[in-house]
Amino acid sequence: MKRFVGFVQKEFYHIFRDRRSLFILFGMPVAQIMLFGFAITNEINNVDIAILDQSQDTSTKEIISKISASEYFSILQYIKEEAEIEEVFKKGKIKAVLYFEKEFSKKLVKEHSAKVQIVTDATDPNMANTISNYINSILSHYQEEQNRSIMLDYQIIPQSKMVFNMELKSVYMFVPGVMTVILMLVSAMMTSISITREKELGTMEILLVSPLNPFQVIIGKVFPYIFLSIINAAIIVLLSIFVFHVPVNGSLFLLGLESVLFIVTSLALGILISTISATQQTAMMISLMGLMLPVILLSGFIFPISSMPVPLQVISNIVPAKWFIIIVKGIMLKGVGISMVWKETLVLLGMTLLFIGLSVRKYKIRLE
Amino acid sequence: MSIRIDHISKSYGKVNALDDISIQVHQGELFGLIGPDGAGKTTLFRILTTLLLPDQGSASVAGYDIIADFKAIRKQVGYMPGRFSLYQDLTVEENLRFFATIFGTTIAENYDLIRDIYVQIEPFKNRRAGKLSGGMKQKLALSCALIHKPKVLFLDEPTTGVDPVSRKEFWEMLKRLQDKGITILVSTPYMDEAALCDRIALIQDGRILEIDTPKAIVEHYPKPIFDVGAHNTYLLIEKLNAYAHKHSVFPFGEYIHYTDQRDGFDPLELRAYLKKEGLQNIHIERTKATIEDTFMELAKQ
Repeated sequence: MKRFVGFVQKEFYHIFRDRRSLFILFGMPVAQIMLFGFAITNEINNVDIAILDQSQDTSTKEIISKISASEYFSILQYIKEEAEIEEVFKKGKIKAVLYFEKEFSKKLVKEHSAKVQIVTDATDPNMANTISNYINSILSHYQEEQNRSIMLDYQIIPQSKMVFNMELKSVYMFVPGVMTVILMLVSAMMTSISITREKELGTMEILLVSPLNPFQVIIGKVFPYIFLSIINAAIIVLLSIFVFHVPVNGSLFLLGLESVLFIVTSLALGILISTISATQQTAMMISLMGLMLPVILLSGFIFPISSMPVPLQVISNIVPAKWFIIIVKGIMLKGVGISMVWKETLVLLGMTLLFIGLSVRKYKIRLE
Repeated sequence: MSIRIDHISKSYGKVNALDDISIQVHQGELFGLIGPDGAGKTTLFRILTTLLLPDQGSASVAGYDIIADFKAIRKQVGYMPGRFSLYQDLTVEENLRFFATIFGTTIAENYDLIRDIYVQIEPFKNRRAGKLSGGMKQKLALSCALIHKPKVLFLDEPTTGVDPVSRKEFWEMLKRLQDKGITILVSTPYMDEAALCDRIALIQDGRILEIDTPKAIVEHYPKPIFDVGAHNTYLLIEKLNAYAHKHSVFPFGEYIHYTDQRDGFDPLELRAYLKKEGLQNIHIERTKATIEDTFMELAKQ
């Protein structure tokens, strides 16, 4: 026990005396969550649009005022000619143009139909799609209000409701993802680097020629990172609750337990990486290429798994992060309990045992 | 018997690092492994400290078999690798305390053993190990290897890259440790350090050339050796090598060590030859063989 404490103390010296690793440990989670929360977002907010209104009557004015009253759009300019549309898009600031045909109001009343065209700048296709959906919904809302006074014989009013994230806030999506990336990075990369550092500096040679058995060395190496990763997970959850107002609908305790499980999975992966790499450089490359890329691309963090080609969907099953993200989304956003995520938990547990088993088999008690 | 090495062989691919090595080191002996870089010294150390497995042969350290009882050996020996292998970001004291802890002891418990060495670096105990000079690093590494009172001490080239004064001090320390009953196996590429050992093994290309006391090894040198000097050393070496009866020519300090093929060699004859070849200030004098001469002679065969 004294040996273990001495070893862990030494590890903490290493961590706290190396500014680089300290920065990765504590700067990274905060920077990433802020980045994803504030900057990288696909919500629309105060998008600049232009209006081409050829009728300038009551109806169009009502619609325009409705649009400019919403927080999503701000009307930057009014144009007169159809030919000007291309010109304003080329300047780049305007993302959409709303084009009302002549005698809009009159047609609406007489013919029960009038045309309005939504032209969007599709250089950013997701953005263009979202903008046109938002404008459409404002238009149909307006239409509903008008019809209420007229009363038709029958009508279908589709009511779509987004549950769990009613405001479609992208930060809700990113929090589970960022948490996964950070825990994976800290746990797997940092441990694999710290173990290979001992190999590279030759201190592993001395540790081997000592009464410490390999198991004690590994546990001593891993323990500080379990501790630091739990702190990191807590920082991320607190930031998301208090800065981004992401709700934790499920049990915080369950979320904590699942996080510890995922931390252990990542640590086991880190140990496995350290057994196959001889230098810190290799360990870092394997961690970045072999872990970070799948976590970001194949876990459902950014790109939905259901819209991937089938082979990639199959591959995504072996990415531990995928299962953890499902669990975190379930607990944080849907508020489900263990009865809904036990399958995913079991998969993670199985993977952890597999990684630990492999590392124990691969771990060398000698130099070669 | 403290260390027994029995027909050990080890190869890396096609390279024979060790070829049928057998050595026996007695309890409390200061034994030197003398040979150039790449002779196989480090490989032998790693096999004895249970870090590598031999391809053939067996060995025991402090009575324990290096394969079957490797765990017991790891508790009993002190090992100082050739490369400085302490934690550079830990201070002198933290390093020492760490190694004391993992061996289940404390600095206070075995302070007697390391006192002579540690007092010299104690003024710098709060300095990071990475910021120490070469000589101080070696003293710290030796302190760390000794802190658990090992029965056998393995020192792989402890004085390489260390200044001459520190080297001399280092060997004095080894002598004192030997007095405390610790068996020491030390390797070095420096022939002058070999004379300080009780017994030495000359090793080259993974083979043992000879094992004996430094004195006996020098006495066994088969031929009379002459110091030869002249005004132009470069020309001298060239002319000596061109001499029909030469056996060996080695630069040694300010002189050239020369041996002749013939038993009844007359230095005057060589002097006449060198004079004829245009060398001046010729100096020829009988001298004693050194370990280096023996090594070169044995390595030639």
